[in-house]
Amino acid sequence: MRFCYLFVFLIISCNQLKNSKEGGVVVEDQFQDDLVDQSFKVVNFEGLTPFLTESTSKVTVINFWATWCKPCVQELPYFERIKKEYKSQDVKMILVSLDFPDQKEGLEMFIEKRALMSEIILLDDANANSWIPKVDQNWSGAIPATIIYNQSKRSFYERSFTYEELEKEIKQFL
Amino acid sequence: MKTFKALTLIAILVIVSAFAANAVRKNKVSGYNIGDVVSNFKLPNVDEKMVSMTDYKDAKGIILIFTCNTCPFSVANEDRIIALDNKYASKGYPVIAINPNNPEVQPGDSFDLMKKRAREKGFTFPYLLDKGQEVYPKYGATKTPHVYLLQKNAEGAHIVRYIGAIDDNTRNEKAVKEKYLENAVDALLSGKEIEITETKAIGCSIKA
Repeated sequence: MRFCYLFVFLIISCNQLKNSKEGGVVVEDQFQDDLVDQSFKVVNFEGLTPFLTESTSKVTVINFWATWCKPCVQELPYFERIKKEYKSQDVKMILVSLDFPDQKEGLEMFIEKRALMSEIILLDDANANSWIPKVDQNWSGAIPATIIYNQSKRSFYERSFTYEELEKEIKQFL
Repeated sequence: MKTFKALTLIAILVIVSAFAANAVRKNKVSGYNIGDVVSNFKLPNVDEKMVSMTDYKDAKGIILIFTCNTCPFSVANEDRIIALDNKYASKGYPVIAINPNNPEVQPGDSFDLMKKRAREKGFTFPYLLDKGQEVYPKYGATKTPHVYLLQKNAEGAHIVRYIGAIDDNTRNEKAVKEKYLENAVDALLSGKEIEITETKAIGCSIKA
């Protein structure tokens, strides 16, 4: 009996370990041939709110990132790949940039260079203490952070994803 | 029957553990809360000496700030951190800065580059490396910058009084309306209740 307990715990711990590992498949610039509209909206938190709650897509994924955030940039290709591979399943991908508004050009260049396909919104709202808890109560403010939601449920993640991890989460919402 | 009981037990255990595991992951932001007593640390400073909280025998407390070289939000706050030390060290609340990042993951936060940065900016306070990365998880720090205001009690223990941001505008010092940390230190100095004990700000996730 004791061994059974041990066994169960081992399985669970292994799973946890696996989930927390970073890294994974590297997808590089595979969308370069696609032509995309590279303009982005600049909004304050009030302007962002409808995107956080009112999307009618089957699944909506919102990723908070910035060009200066290394782990964010590392996982961006995974979000882009999800957008491409789940196109037919109505998965909406929104990348909310927290780049400094006075460095808009850097963001523009980044989007162009990476040929990002997802909808991009620059959040220009300095009073983070007022809006971070409205995004999610458990968010400490560290990025990357991601929300996945559909009409019936919603999850928040303050962490990085590999492609497989992200796909696994999104599948639960389809 | 015995087997059945055992199987049921295992099933329950699996379900409960799964929930527990989930709960842990969701609330991964653990660490010290307001009112908690913190444990001491001893970490290498950019001047090659070891620094710990107990070195500050005459201080009333410590403004502990997890920060680093590489995060733009940290850089945007460097001048403010120096100003805080200038203003409050003499009043009993000196600044101690700790870089929580693993230099192997974030080479820009190596000990040598920390020394360089401290020299360039003329840091008036210790800038410590969380060598082995054992201190920041205890605090529950998740990002840079991340502030913990500690007050020393009669027994010499340090109690957490404020956690969060320096002020309400990390990016632009000129647009600051509310100085959360200064308000908290001022409240402690005048023996008043701290009005806002926890705030949130965008920051760079700590590189483990």
